[in-house]
This record gives sequence, C-alpha cells and structure tokens, in this order.
Amino acid sequence: MEKFDVIVVGGGPAGLSAAISAAKAGVRTCVIERGDYPGTKNIMGGVLYTKSTEAVVPEFWREAPLERPVIEQRYGILSGDEIVSMAYRDPSWDQPPYNAHTVLRVKFDRWLAQQAEKAGALIITETVVEDLLYDGDEVIGVHTGRSEGDLGAKVVILAEGVNNFIAQKAGLAKPLKAENVAVAVKEIISLPTEKIEDRFCLEPGQGATIELFGDSTQGMVGTAFIYTNKDSLSIGVGALIKPLISAKWTPNDLLDALKAKPYVKRLLQGGEIKEYLAHMIPEGGYNAIPKLYRQGVMVVGDTAMFVNGLHREGSNLAMTSGKIAGEVAAQAIKIGDVSERSLNHYDDRVRDSFIIKDLHKYRKTGEFLESNPHLFKVYPEIASKAMKKFFTADETPKKEVQKQIMKMAFEKRSKRELLGDIFSAWRAFK
Amino acid sequence: MKLDDKLYLVRYNTDKKNHIKLLDPDACLQCEDKPCTRICPAHVYHWDEEEKRISVGYEGCLECGTCRVGCPDNIAWDYPRGGFGVSWKNG
Repeated sequence: MEKFDVIVVGGGPAGLSAAISAAKAGVRTCVIERGDYPGTKNIMGGVLYTKSTEAVVPEFWREAPLERPVIEQRYGILSGDEIVSMAYRDPSWDQPPYNAHTVLRVKFDRWLAQQAEKAGALIITETVVEDLLYDGDEVIGVHTGRSEGDLGAKVVILAEGVNNFIAQKAGLAKPLKAENVAVAVKEIISLPTEKIEDRFCLEPGQGATIELFGDSTQGMVGTAFIYTNKDSLSIGVGALIKPLISAKWTPNDLLDALKAKPYVKRLLQGGEIKEYLAHMIPEGGYNAIPKLYRQGVMVVGDTAMFVNGLHREGSNLAMTSGKIAGEVAAQAIKIGDVSERSLNHYDDRVRDSFIIKDLHKYRKTGEFLESNPHLFKVYPEIASKAMKKFFTADETPKKEVQKQIMKMAFEKRSKRELLGDIFSAWRAFK
Repeated sequence: MKLDDKLYLVRYNTDKKNHIKLLDPDACLQCEDKPCTRICPAHVYHWDEEEKRISVGYEGCLECGTCRVGCPDNIAWDYPRGGFGVSWKNG
C-alpha cells in the first residue's frame, strides 16, 4: 500500500488549499479527486474572495483564470414585475488588492490544482474515496473504488463537498436535512463582452453581481443571483429543499420563472444558454456544524457546513478552513502526534477565525427565516408598494403619501406584528 | 428552453453501472407526494403511470445529491464510479 503523510479527499477550493498548505510545509500530500481533473465536478455561483485566496496563493490574480473583478454588488427585492434595488459600487475594486472576482470553477479549480502540484502535492483523478481505512480505532488511510486502491495516510482531510459521505461514515457528520440544505440551479448564458459591459454599466473588464430576494424564490427561503463573467452571465436560484418540496416547485421552473421577470429578462436578452447546472448548498449554519476532527481526520469546507448564506460567502470559508487544516496536519505529522488532542488545534483555529465567528453570529437566522415564511412574501410587497407611492407624482400631497404608505404597510402587517418582526430580526441578526 | 434541451447541453461520460437505487420500489406506491419527481433538477425520477413505478433515468443525473436529502428513506444515491458521470464545462 502506497503511503502518504496527508491525503485530501476532494479537489475543490477547500481540499486544494489544504493540499497547498500541507505540501508547502513539506509533508507528502495527495489529493484524491473523482472527476477527470479537479474542477469538472465543481460548481458555485461563483464569487471568489481575494483575501482568502491570496493567503493560499500570493498574487494569484496575475495568473489565475478569473472572469471579472467585482466592482458593484447589487441587492434587489422582486415583487411581481417590480423591483426595489440598492447597490454599492467602488471602481477601485478593479485594482489590487481587489475584493472579489467572479470565476468559473472548471477553469479556476484546474489552475488551483496546478498550484498544488507545483507545491509538491500529487493529484490522483477519476477516483472515488469510499471509506476511511482503520487499524482498530485508528485512521490509517483511505479505501478507494479502484482495485488495490487502498492508500495510507497519517492524516486524512475530508473536503468531499456538501455530500458528506465519508464524514458521515466516520461518525463526524449527520445525514443532511431538507431544512438545512438548499438546492440551486444555474445557467451559463453567453453574451458578447460589450453587451455585458453596457448592460451593467461597466468599464472594460469590470464585473458586477446581483442578488435577488423575494419573488425570485416565489417567497421561499433562498436567493437568486446574476454574476458577470468575461463573455457570459451566470444566473441561478436556490431555495431550501424542505419548502421547495412543500410548495411543489421544481428547481428548473423556479429558474425559468426568474428569467421571465422583466428586470432579469432584459439583462439576459439575446444570450444563449451554454450549460445547465445543479448543486446543493449547505445552509445549516452554526448549529449544523459537524464534529470537525478526530484522530487522523479533519473536516473542511462545505463538508463542515462552512457557508455564510446571508453574505453568500462560501469559497472563502472553504479556502481558509482548508489552509488551516493543511497547516495543522503538517505540524501534527512533524511532531509525530496525529491524535484527536493534537488535531484539536484545527478546531481552535477555525473557531478563532471569521469562519465560526460569523456562523455563530448568525446562528439564529436560519430558524428565524424558516419560521417566518411571510418575510420573503409580505415584505417584498410592502417595499415595492411603498417605493411606488413614494415615486408616483399624482398630485397627492407628500404628507398624504406618507400616511398612505404607513396605512398600506399596517394593512399587510399589523403594528404589533411589525414590531414583533423587527424585534425577532434584531435578535436573529445582532 | 425546455429542461430536456438544457440537459442536452450537459457533458456526460455515462457509466453502464446505475449509481441510483430505490431501496423499496413498492414504497413509492404508498408515497402520495412523490417529491423525487419534482425536487431533482434533472428530472431523473419519473412516475410511470402504466408500470406503476418510479423510473430512474440515472444517465441524466447532475450529481447534486438533492434526491438523497428529499427522500432519505428510499433513495440510495451514490457517486458514479471515478471518471464517470457529469463533467462540467464551466462549473
């Protein structure tokens, strides 16, 4: 049996970051990936955050296949054919030290895997890891689907993505629950570069993102997004599986309904669908985080539920957790102690980082949003009706307009309910 | 564009081996809601009214795993063997 110091299960941002940091620290590292090459099984919206990426590959933007630096982030609330939106734009975000870039994962992950190889890691493709290998209670490697496919390792890092097969078998994670996981579908729609830049008011090369709430998910807990790539748009929508089942929507119908909205339709006009994709997003947050380590094993990225849905951050949590796990693995191997107690450092460090601090801050929001389904239905309506009254010039005195807006809001949601919502929102988001 | 046409754009290296199993096909007869027929983004699961069973078109699976979460008691979904299944062009 071939033996490595570290085996990483899965070649996504979390796994490859783990591999890069372990290999750089001088331990024999191997990544096992089930696709033809890292990237071909991987999907995200896709926003890549500079700070976390740079910590793994310094000045990655000089070489990495990126789509566009994001200079504008827009939030929109859809209600019927109407939209209320707000955006922040900083043109200097198209220069180092950038905030974020849009990426297409097939290209980006392939490049990141090459960086792992440069750092000394070996990448084995077209191979599915089926379970951990044990000697008694001790993890000593992985069992793969290949014949004679057992590989030895002192530490295994589980970066298998949202489908946490191995983490479950190892007794670290629990089966995914329909209220904790969203299903998202996405289309890549090709459009000429100039059209993208005109429609989104961008200088050549700049990018923008739009997140859409409310009717984008037909009032279910979830969001939709439109991101600019070089010569295509990524448009997608995701909702929690549980409400999606009870509301009897299909993911594809949800996406088609979004694309038919006047605001969205105009942005996509004339584009050609290039690919249709689907992926689950772990939205369980702080309360659904599995046990992150045991003797010889650490759990990173989506497998660890490291997604901050509210801020649509995921790739950065993945990369930072991967990087930390790689460093902890290398250190543990060097001192010859891969016991549970030794790998506890990984847990300490992610708890001390923005990853678990942010998930902890929003630990109550998931339950809050799920138990208040009216939020995604009633408030978008109130917002668009209020804005409509505000902007309508029909000779109604403004003082009267203000009264009408308040009256309309209280008809949809009584004063008591409104105050209740504000209070529970404050408790959930504080 | 219809879902079938969208799926036509997806690149697959189809395995001969089916990676999806219904643990108890008879249980589907008792299942009124049949969430698998809606929740799968690729419409892999289809209720065959004549045969009175769920037919599984595993070849079109996009490997998201949603079916496993939507019907944890009766759908045993695993990854296709290494190198097989969906191979994204953009991701």
